[in-house]
Amino acid sequence: MPRPSHLDFDQVVASGVSRSYGRRRALRHVSLCCRGGEIVGLVGPNGAGKSTLLGVLSTLAEPSSGEVRYGKWTARGAGTRLRAQIGFLSHELQLYPELTARENLAFFAGMYGLDKVDARVEAALETAALSDRADDVVEGFSRGMRQRLALERALLHTPRLVLLDEPFTGLDESAVAALMHRLSLLRTDGRIVLVVTHDLDTVDGLLDRALMLRHGRIRELPPTGTLRERYRVEVQEASSKLGGVSA
Amino acid sequence: MTRFLQVVWLVVRKDLRVESRNKEMLVTTLFFAVSCVMVFAFAFVRGGRAVDGAAAGVLWIAVAFAGTLALGRAFERERYQDALRGLLLAPVDRPAIYLGKLSGLLLLLAVVELVVVLMVALMFQAPLFEHPFRMLALLALGTLGFASVGTLFSAMLVRTRSRAVLLPVLLYPVTIPVLIMGVSGTNVLWQPEPDLAMVQLWTSLLLFFDVVFLTLALWTFEPVMTE
Amino acid sequence: MTRRLFPVLAGLSLLFFVGAPVLIVRAPYESTMGLVQKIFYFHFAGWMAMFLAIFVLGIASIIFLFRRIRSADQLAVAAAEQAVIFGLIGLITGPLWGVKAWGVWWQWDARLTMAVILELILVAYLLLRQYGGPGSDRLAAGLGIFAMANVPFLYISTEIWRTVHPRTSVVPTLPVDFGLPLWWSVAGFVVICLAMLSARRRLEEQRATLDELYLALEDEA
Repeated sequence: MPRPSHLDFDQVVASGVSRSYGRRRALRHVSLCCRGGEIVGLVGPNGAGKSTLLGVLSTLAEPSSGEVRYGKWTARGAGTRLRAQIGFLSHELQLYPELTARENLAFFAGMYGLDKVDARVEAALETAALSDRADDVVEGFSRGMRQRLALERALLHTPRLVLLDEPFTGLDESAVAALMHRLSLLRTDGRIVLVVTHDLDTVDGLLDRALMLRHGRIRELPPTGTLRERYRVEVQEASSKLGGVSA
Repeated sequence: MTRFLQVVWLVVRKDLRVESRNKEMLVTTLFFAVSCVMVFAFAFVRGGRAVDGAAAGVLWIAVAFAGTLALGRAFERERYQDALRGLLLAPVDRPAIYLGKLSGLLLLLAVVELVVVLMVALMFQAPLFEHPFRMLALLALGTLGFASVGTLFSAMLVRTRSRAVLLPVLLYPVTIPVLIMGVSGTNVLWQPEPDLAMVQLWTSLLLFFDVVFLTLALWTFEPVMTE
Repeated sequence: MTRRLFPVLAGLSLLFFVGAPVLIVRAPYESTMGLVQKIFYFHFAGWMAMFLAIFVLGIASIIFLFRRIRSADQLAVAAAEQAVIFGLIGLITGPLWGVKAWGVWWQWDARLTMAVILELILVAYLLLRQYGGPGSDRLAAGLGIFAMANVPFLYISTEIWRTVHPRTSVVPTLPVDFGLPLWWSVAGFVVICLAMLSARRRLEEQRATLDELYLALEDEA
């Protein structure tokens, strides 16, 4: 079976994606377009459907209606090869606490069918500044250390589409700076980066565009002003439309 | 094909490694199985002798109960830190993940069953070594049947809220044929003069069950695990 | 289509029910058991309807799981409920017959045993749908397939399991006089099953439509 590397794309387009459970709708006709070489932020209140949207974009979940296209492919059409181009940093980090940092990375490198596993794992440990703790089990790591390791795991296979769910949680200042630098490197590399976050002040300046997801509906925030201001304006606008009903 | 098997091996190796660090699953399942046998022993031994045919029943019930416990634990581990979704995200054929989890579980159950069989043979004076290969075939095929359905159901329920209760509710009725076939076959085998043709029949039926349900599980794993 | 289907099926079942008492009363008495044997017309027909429902459940589950056609899922729920009901008919009439014919309520007859287990699987299906939370429709479809696949294994294993011990129940081979009322009853139960299936499925469909309308209303706001 050939190595899963021949499929590539330069944009992800969601058209009218809805996801509902009976009377509860998590996503309502969400349409978005993310291109390579840009970092898009996804903000919004809790329960708005951000994690669900990431689930759909990562092909783990299927939309109830609408479709997602990766370049010219759909998740069903492209099959397993598509997942080789998707990197997902989940909020729960998806690491095995009983394994060491090195073993975690090596396992996923194997699952992704990567070559030169040892070299890649060493490089990843370096980038995450965990080389000295490489052979300690992850259980003993702090949240920040796990986050760094999980990020490397998500990027190990150099995916085209990078999805990050609250990556700044629990990071100290230097780690935040390192992550921001990392993300801008990804941007320079032409990757498609979508970041879900609550840390509006932190990411302000990093993002090229910001999308707001509220009650399952998506809106692009205007490009001017600080992120926090635009967010507040958006929330107020939406509240006034509903006649004062709060978010 | 080789990539498929490589993935299965990666998953098994990962599970073995995790278990070797932790040993929690092996120890608790083993202990639980032993307790099971003891509890049933008190129920079925009268005046120092076991009720006729109880030994086979006790053996298979202990296997079923311990197996369910192990299944629950195995997938609880994958649920922790959302690791199962990490596996599903990988560009691999998803049935390979299923086979990897199944194989790991079978290895665990093999160890547990070794202890349980010896215990039952000892306490109930069962003629364990009369026909060892037939016994092995019955146990192996029966465990495979139970575990293949169990692994699928356990994976299915991993994101369900009442999964701890729903797993036995779903699993036991569907695997009752395995229990019937296993217990009947073992019972016949442990008679003073076993009807080997009968044992053969039960063993073949178990094999047939395994083939059908393993195929079904492999076939439905992907769509069932997509959210 | 289903709107027209239900009245037709309901009308047909009424016809069957009108004709049934006539045929059953006229049917000859079985030699050993007398009047009691006539419960068999309900008992056997109940089983047939149950098997039909399980078959529908299995096929609908496959279609839903692999093609994601919503109406297949609705049909599966309806089929599972019907199977539980007709299974109950069989499980109640069985011991009623047994206690009068052989003096015991339960003697592990192969068919009855199999029916109990099937009933358990079907109830498990309904429990899964009820308590499984979001996404349980897909999980239940998996279970539905396993339920249908299990039928032959349950049949064979309970059958052989019981032949090891002496059996006291024997399904009589029916002489031609028994034939007509029996198949009339079976056909009647099958038609009722189909009628209820179509009605129940339509109920699910309307529930889904209602949900969609609610969601559309929220979309307006």
